Amino acid sequence: MARPEDIKYAETHEWVRPTKKGEATVGITDYAVKQLSDLVHIELPKVGTAVEQGNPFGEIESVKTVADLVSPITGKIVEVNPKVAEDLDILKAQPYGDGWLIKIKPTEPNELNSLMNSKEYDEFIESSEEDEEETEGEEGVDEDELV
Amino acid sequence: MARTPLYDAHVKAGAKVVDFHGWDMPIQYSSIIEEHKAVRTAVGLFDLSHMGRVFVKGPDRKRYLQQIVTIDLGSMTHGRCRYTFFLTEGGTIIDDLLAYEDTKADVSLLVVNASNREKDLAWLAKHAGGYDVEIDDATARLALIAVQGPRSLDTVRTALDIDPSALKYYTFDDFPVLGSKTLVSRTGYTGEDGFEVFVAADRAATAWKAFVERGAKLGLKPVGLGARDTLRTEAAMPLYGNDIDDQTTPVEAGLLFALSDKVDYIGRPVIDRQRREGVAKKLIGFHLEGKRIARHGMDLYRGPEKTGIVTSGTWSPSLEKSIGLGYVKPDHSQGALEVDVRGRREKAAIVPLPFYKRTNR
Repeated sequence: MARPEDIKYAETHEWVRPTKKGEATVGITDYAVKQLSDLVHIELPKVGTAVEQGNPFGEIESVKTVADLVSPITGKIVEVNPKVAEDLDILKAQPYGDGWLIKIKPTEPNELNSLMNSKEYDEFIESSEEDEEETEGEEGVDEDELV
Repeated sequence: MARTPLYDAHVKAGAKVVDFHGWDMPIQYSSIIEEHKAVRTAVGLFDLSHMGRVFVKGPDRKRYLQQIVTIDLGSMTHGRCRYTFFLTEGGTIIDDLLAYEDTKADVSLLVVNASNREKDLAWLAKHAGGYDVEIDDATARLALIAVQGPRSLDTVRTALDIDPSALKYYTFDDFPVLGSKTLVSRTGYTGEDGFEVFVAADRAATAWKAFVERGAKLGLKPVGLGARDTLRTEAAMPLYGNDIDDQTTPVEAGLLFALSDKVDYIGRPVIDRQRREGVAKKLIGFHLEGKRIARHGMDLYRGPEKTGIVTSGTWSPSLEKSIGLGYVKPDHSQGALEVDVRGRREKAAIVPLPFYKRTNR
């Protein structure tokens, strides 16, 4: 899947897309969805919840593992996608579209600069996959990983 | 890292490979849930060549083995397989295994966990003193392929041109497979009908290919360790290192069917005492009300009281429920529980085991 170039990516595999209304849409990347595989359950926060860059705002669980959803920016949640919890397949089909998770009203717009562009994220994935191959042997089947 | 003779086939099939106790093994080929459902509704193919396979031969074979396995070997007729244990003096579990009784060749075959093979071999060697026996670790020269699911018999017939339909559950026989005498048993770890084929390592890739190609029209899918775990959990078959280990006994785990009261074996005094006086913990199964999954090591509560610990938990694709196994205090082995899932209590209810039982017996 060619990753959209108009959005920013976090090392914890979330993406952010600034909207015209000055908000930011947040989701998880195709890579995260593929790594988790066999999604079972997602927990998303309520509208109005304050979130902070680098802190969890929810969790996503698959048959083999569970991962925190980590906010890529700081702000307040203004919208939660009601469709995702009902149909996790949207995340597989359209992780960058209908599978968005939350919208945030950012309070620290500069944080976007700390995130990666699509090319940087592609490279980040490549290098972390190489690392994974090297550290095999320490990893368990049930290991928790951050999304 | 060790690799089975089928490693290249797994990689070629696009499997995700992980380290499983020192072996490069496929955890999934496509999706765990799809692979799981293939086994429940059609047929699945498993590479189990990482498991330990040890032959015990020699004039003292039975007398020697009888001191370290918990079943009555004397009652096993030719061609029988039985689930059993190696126990410590304290009655706790060193390993769980299948014992195959080949009276005609005067050989026992022990199929042990990959994670415990070295430990098991040391245990076997430790107790061989004074007995005329030969212990032969055949793990490297024999591959092990499992075919599991309601269409497993058709698959074996089609793929290997043999007919094992006369085999009853938990029996085995030799069949000509790819020109060589091959042990095939009607056994498995999925809760379905199925077969396990002990094919020579140098023929394993050919056999695997025959299964994949000829099994396709029966809906066969290769299945990784991910679905193997969800399948065995639904069938409430214990996994060593999760549900049983050297801190638990077969009595605590409710595996009394594998304990003979007719023979003496290492650990039996403790087993007898536990059967007489009761145990401090008991393995139970539970459904969670919600969809979050109870994972190995999470705490179990009865009201405010911590009563035990989760040993296995997963999403059950067959029941479409979150299920788990765990130990609780014997007084709490029925009724409601709560699981501490990362700091939040989730409601659960204890249910009879297994979670899943096949109807096509």
